[in-house]
Amino acid sequence: MSKKKPDVETTGHEWDGIEELNNPLPRWWLYTFYLTIIWGIGYTIAFPAWPMISGASEGLLGYSTRAEVAADIAAVDARNADVIATLASADLSTLSRDDPAYHFGVAGGAAVFRANCSQCHGSGAQGAMGYPNLLDDDWLWGGTLSEIEYTVRHGIRNETDWDAHYSEMPAFAEILSEEEQAAVVEYVLALSGQDHDAAVFGTGAALYADQCASCHGDAGLGDKFLGAPNLTDAIWLYGGSREAVAYTVANARFGVMPAWGQRLEEDEIKAVTLYLHQLGGGE
Amino acid sequence: MSDASNQSLYAPREPIYPKTVSGPFRTLKWRIMIATLAVYYITPWIRWDRGPQLPDQAVLVDLAGRRFYWFWIEIWPHEFYFVAGLLIMAGVGLFLFTSALGRVWCGYACPQTVWTDLFLLVERRVEGDRNAQIKLARAPWSLRKARLRGTKWGIWLLIALCTGGAWVFYFADAPTLARELVTLNAAPVAYSTIGILTATTFIFGGFMREQVCIYMCPWPRIQAAMMDDDTLTVAYRDWRGEPRGKKRVETAGDCIDCMACVNVCPMGIDIRDGQQMACITCALCIDACDDIMKKIGKPRGLVDYLALSDEPREREGMAPRPYWKHVLRPRTMIYTALWSLCGVALVFALFIRAEIDVTVAPIRNPQFVTLSDGSIRNAYDIRLRNKHGEDRPFRIRAAGDLALRAELEGTPYETVTVTANETRLQRVYLVAPRGSDPAEADVTDIRFWIEDLASGERVHADSIFNGRALR
Repeated sequence: MSKKKPDVETTGHEWDGIEELNNPLPRWWLYTFYLTIIWGIGYTIAFPAWPMISGASEGLLGYSTRAEVAADIAAVDARNADVIATLASADLSTLSRDDPAYHFGVAGGAAVFRANCSQCHGSGAQGAMGYPNLLDDDWLWGGTLSEIEYTVRHGIRNETDWDAHYSEMPAFAEILSEEEQAAVVEYVLALSGQDHDAAVFGTGAALYADQCASCHGDAGLGDKFLGAPNLTDAIWLYGGSREAVAYTVANARFGVMPAWGQRLEEDEIKAVTLYLHQLGGGE
Repeated sequence: MSDASNQSLYAPREPIYPKTVSGPFRTLKWRIMIATLAVYYITPWIRWDRGPQLPDQAVLVDLAGRRFYWFWIEIWPHEFYFVAGLLIMAGVGLFLFTSALGRVWCGYACPQTVWTDLFLLVERRVEGDRNAQIKLARAPWSLRKARLRGTKWGIWLLIALCTGGAWVFYFADAPTLARELVTLNAAPVAYSTIGILTATTFIFGGFMREQVCIYMCPWPRIQAAMMDDDTLTVAYRDWRGEPRGKKRVETAGDCIDCMACVNVCPMGIDIRDGQQMACITCALCIDACDDIMKKIGKPRGLVDYLALSDEPREREGMAPRPYWKHVLRPRTMIYTALWSLCGVALVFALFIRAEIDVTVAPIRNPQFVTLSDGSIRNAYDIRLRNKHGEDRPFRIRAAGDLALRAELEGTPYETVTVTANETRLQRVYLVAPRGSDPAEADVTDIRFWIEDLASGERVHADSIFNGRALR
């Protein structure tokens, strides 16, 4: 602001007698503007910027976000090396909940689960028809830490791991007549406390004792060693309605799970085991 | 286009050498400067005993710990609405003052004004008053000029360093940080913050001064909307002063065109040209003019705080209306009411906030789980905040009448201990037996009771329970 009024040119714009003055800008402002232009040119030389036919110019500083991410991951891995080693060699059943490795495992296990397991078991581990719910208190092959770890490591009914869990229910359509199958179904419905046809209960019970009790147990409580489901509880992997049970009796059903021991690191198996166990169903 | 061909499109800054002035407004400005600087520099050093594990600094923005301490008030991140409320109050307060008294904030309390004033004081002490400064600026470089400039810049830099240095003390324990800064052990962010603030203080206060107000600050461009004809602002009584003239002839007005008001202006403007954007209403021109009026035996107030609505009255020789009539008008009263409302609401919120802080988030993936006995289980993430300086046990229970059983993940007990000044996330399960109302319904309203076993205080948090019928 000068003391004497300068004769300033107007821009020629006028509204209601108010003219727009064309006052000069401060010079520092101009220089700052030039400086940003120079900075901008320098920036595009120093950093990847210009689009080329195959990718962008690399920039003199050789900056790369991919390399930065790789370095970040390496740094995190290095920082966690101790706790990863602890986790990989840990006996999960004696690992304290206060151990940093425990919390590291639960958090990391959640990521392992989302990447590898959620496709079948659901993002919340709630399962689906044919895919076990991992949140409830019913476990086909056992829900202790070591049992879960074994299942994760070796999988179920796969051909890549000789130690995989294996169970096979016969398709009773080839063994029993349709009347006999129907009687067994009524008995299974009775076992789980559902409405059933009392007229064939006796026949069903006899057939059950003959054909099914060797795996599912005399009382229908199942056998975790054999992977035979408990038939008396409220949880049905393939549905508990008369139609669903009848289909299962007639055709049998088998789920398959890969042996994750062949694909995941030792610490990842331990981590996902810890994660699954603390979801609320762990025994 | 006119004859502007000789005029550059870009202008260098015209240096301003404000003259020393004394008077009531200058005294007021000194006092406000001392008060504001004292508040700024001393505040981080006030101690406040909060117990063994909490910082004993009265005002502390603990970014790492995500806490804000202000004397007896402690603000957690989820209570950030307090800060938002204070910012709203600051905004409305600025509107209030501007509508009543023009740009008093700019003229007296704005940091840019305060520090520029401080820098001008240094400049005067080193180089002398206005005339000496102009002489020195025009003189060719010499040993003396270099010495004076060096001294001035050195002191400016020292003030700038103290300014930036004081800022970081608001974000860490001041005595500890001071020791770390001196022994070069402080965090790099502390040094870079000090560096940036030192540079901006030095450049803005020392060299850019009024240009910051005119070109960089948005407030001058908005403030016109806050003012009206009743706003008291610094103005020139041209009906009394004009026609101005150096010779005292009978027909002349009171203004003797001595330029005193222009020479003292830190913004370099002539208030006699009328209201202008650059004026920060610091009132130094009033002091300067009153001084001259006294010397030539005329009444004071040729340049004065006045409202434009009084102009017709004054032209007819009547006295202006009293100040309070300008200040108390609907506009300022509405601003005052809004400001007070916000303040009362904040104080109220401060007093009703619970000591136990808890949030309950129902887990929706999946919405419920059927257990082997047919009961229905819902899971909840309960976040407990322990605002006390010692570890505290909290008991979590479900409200009793719905036959819901609460189970805490990882423990067979109902109690969970939360570490001092920490937040703990606890997974809680609610189980409804087979056939019970919540299990068979779709959605049931439920309530958690959380009791602080140390103090006996109880709070509740409401949520919902998803039943079998939801599917």
